[in-house]
Amino acid sequence: MRRLGKQEIEDIAVGAALLGTGGGGDPYIGKLMALQAIEEYGEITLLDVDEVPDDALVVPSAMMGAPTVMLEKAPSGEEATAAFKNLEAYLGKKIFATMPIEAGGVNSMVPLALAAKLGLPVVDVDGMGRAFPELQMVTFYLDGIAATPMVLADEKGNTSLLSTINNVWTERIARAATIEMGGSTMTAIYPMTGKNIKESGIRNILSLEEQIGKTIRLAKQNNVDPIKEVLNKADGFELFRGKVSDINRKTEAGFARGVATFEGINEYKGEKLEVRFQNEHLIAQTEKRLLCVTPDLIAVLDAETGLPITTEGIRYGARCVVIGMPCHPKWRTEKGIEAVGPRYFGYEVGYVPIEELVKKGGIA
Amino acid sequence: MGVYRIGIDVGGTHTDAVLLDQYNQVISETKSHTTEDVFIGIYTAMRKIIDDAKVPVEQIKYAMLGTTHCTNAIVERKRLNKIAAIRIGAPATLAVKPLIGVPEDLCAVLGKYVYLIRGGHEYDGREIVELDEARLYEIAEEINGKVDSIAITSVFSPVSQTHEQRASEIFKEVLGEEISISLSSEIGSVGLLERENATILNAAVVNVAKTTADGFINALKNEGIEAKVFFCQNDGTLMSIEYAVKYPIFTVACGPTNSLRGASYLSELTDAIVVDVGGTTTDIGVLVQSFPRESSLAVEIGGARTNFRMPDLISIGLGGGTIIRIEDNGEFTIGPDSVGYRLPEKSLIFGGDTLTTTDVAVALGKVELGDASKVAHLDKELLNRVYLNMVNLVEEAIDKMKTSAAPVPVILVGGGSILLPEELKGASEVIRPLHSGVANAIGSAISQVSGQIEKVYALAEIGRETALEQAKEIAMSEAISAGADPETLVIVDIEDVPLAYMPGNATRIRVKAAGDLAQTEMNELV
Repeated sequence: MRRLGKQEIEDIAVGAALLGTGGGGDPYIGKLMALQAIEEYGEITLLDVDEVPDDALVVPSAMMGAPTVMLEKAPSGEEATAAFKNLEAYLGKKIFATMPIEAGGVNSMVPLALAAKLGLPVVDVDGMGRAFPELQMVTFYLDGIAATPMVLADEKGNTSLLSTINNVWTERIARAATIEMGGSTMTAIYPMTGKNIKESGIRNILSLEEQIGKTIRLAKQNNVDPIKEVLNKADGFELFRGKVSDINRKTEAGFARGVATFEGINEYKGEKLEVRFQNEHLIAQTEKRLLCVTPDLIAVLDAETGLPITTEGIRYGARCVVIGMPCHPKWRTEKGIEAVGPRYFGYEVGYVPIEELVKKGGIA
Repeated sequence: MGVYRIGIDVGGTHTDAVLLDQYNQVISETKSHTTEDVFIGIYTAMRKIIDDAKVPVEQIKYAMLGTTHCTNAIVERKRLNKIAAIRIGAPATLAVKPLIGVPEDLCAVLGKYVYLIRGGHEYDGREIVELDEARLYEIAEEINGKVDSIAITSVFSPVSQTHEQRASEIFKEVLGEEISISLSSEIGSVGLLERENATILNAAVVNVAKTTADGFINALKNEGIEAKVFFCQNDGTLMSIEYAVKYPIFTVACGPTNSLRGASYLSELTDAIVVDVGGTTTDIGVLVQSFPRESSLAVEIGGARTNFRMPDLISIGLGGGTIIRIEDNGEFTIGPDSVGYRLPEKSLIFGGDTLTTTDVAVALGKVELGDASKVAHLDKELLNRVYLNMVNLVEEAIDKMKTSAAPVPVILVGGGSILLPEELKGASEVIRPLHSGVANAIGSAISQVSGQIEKVYALAEIGRETALEQAKEIAMSEAISAGADPETLVIVDIEDVPLAYMPGNATRIRVKAAGDLAQTEMNELV
């Protein structure tokens, strides 16, 4: 157990943007919520997974809806509280702790703000180890855990309790309710036991985010190469160094899809890298070789500062380092690849772990 | 009879002034130091160009001022108004209170009367909850006599302004019509915190703008000039004194904008990259159809994130006075510090003791300035490497501003631009126009006048085409009443945002028209 204060929140936000692999929404507004909550209610308790009793009720908290709406109509802070109270009343059990459902982007911060407010501990675990666009893309789903009962809440005081036959229906009904409730809601979702998260969660993810953020911050202060340090921390690989020579984005079926093209600099001169994304980065390949593919993580960092750049933030001419990191072994199972592998997103390639691609110098 | 105009640009280190004739030809120009009391610098510069030109002062009919007064007030946290900040959005938005993320010293000045009340709209124009008018009346009583300016921000006001406007009515009813009120919907776009910060900063500099305007008018009067006065704004157009005092925040980036507009005018190019080299920094911007490209990202002003119209710029720490440090092992650093306006006493070629970028250029024979013998002893090979690095910095920044790899024309302006070579990587040509040292003052003088309208139309009744036509006509007549020549008017911006789920297919339409300043005297002759 340890305490998270303002500096830790700042660091976690940077790490969350990196594990957001280009998507997941800008953690900025979530960070401000968490900072304000700490100011009003004090520091947050972070628990290791093993400190949670097997029968304790743990409920992730997340934002659902359009990030743009959240940027204008920021949350009240009461939504998540209402969602938790309603779920407790329905289940007839006290919630022991909360946790992020995804480590990347804005949703890495929402449970921290809630935890400060309710005085609940946060567990150092999530269900993705990164960010993914759909509600069923969590390791809990791989182990057959249901997303419902879940509660959606808006700032006006409306709540909606869902009980669905499967997680695809949860996604559909919750999405429709969110639009009617004003485009952005807070949810209490995937209620689980301590045993569930020990078996199915991805451990120490908040600590990893914090270390990544801290590494980048200190590198700047100590004048060392932030990227080398980040690669060490995240067991990652440098895939490419280049400048953005083209960025092609379009909105399709509610997702930001597109391709960013990088022209090599330094030792990569003469080569070209393409990063394809759907909210998050999914594939990195040069004209000849496949370098990294989902569910392994692809992040684009500013070559100078080492700070992660989101797909909305990528602009022509930016000097970047593209890095790849291995995903959690749970995603490398057959069911994991089926749920979030390249074919699910419409790419005609099979999944090859990044370590193997790097060893072979990529697959031609 | 000729009609003359004065253009002045007050920057951090220099105050530049030009006098133009009716054909926009430069009659006289000057560059002087910006003084502690800014008006002394303005007055000196104005005196100089008028004396040099020897034109009858009664023929000077227009005076344009581009100034950093408001920017400096924000950065220095000085001379700011006492303000109240009202956010209409509860119960939403309570988790991120106003001024969160804004530096503490700025909060200390602006955060004394902050209120968060019930109201605001959804993304589709529905009310979140009813506006809490009773609370607004209470607040008005509370702040009566304590503040001189009010910033009002309502959730999704870019979609529906009604709550901001009603709040404004209530404050005027209680505090009187003179109280200055800034509405966020008239300042920024979607993105609550950034728009709110911009509105608060606007409210905070209202009196700075007022004093500046009065000072400028008085300076003109002292010279016997009865001119129509305009302020330059960030988008490259002019605004009247009345408008500038209402929306002073729109002046904060007019300096670089004026340079871009001046560069476009002097080079007769509409699309190019402009490199403005000053004493301490170099600003690089992009001209699109003669106007600066706007930034699409949040821009920080005095440490506060904002999102209103600002030119898209890259600023690098390289100017004519940038200090070069050479170590024993032959390694060197370029800046980021600079001797600034003290170049004439500090740099080697003028007998000083500090090696600057200007010394490097003189030593290598790129520029003729000062006493070249004072830098003759320096190692040429080393200086060549320094120079190459300086040019690389600029070339990389140019590349970052491009939207594609295709070469584009590059226009060099500003006093320090003599440092740069005739060829730059990524440039199809490098243009160094005449008068480029005072491009910003020229940009200020030749600026156009704009008019804008923003209104919700029920398209089910009149159709989109008619609504757009009506909006365009209103925008153009606004521009004409602001002083634009009807002959030269063009629509420069149209935006329509449908308010989904609203009856009658309601759509918010915003149109902006801009044209050259009408030459009234000449029109009378015709």
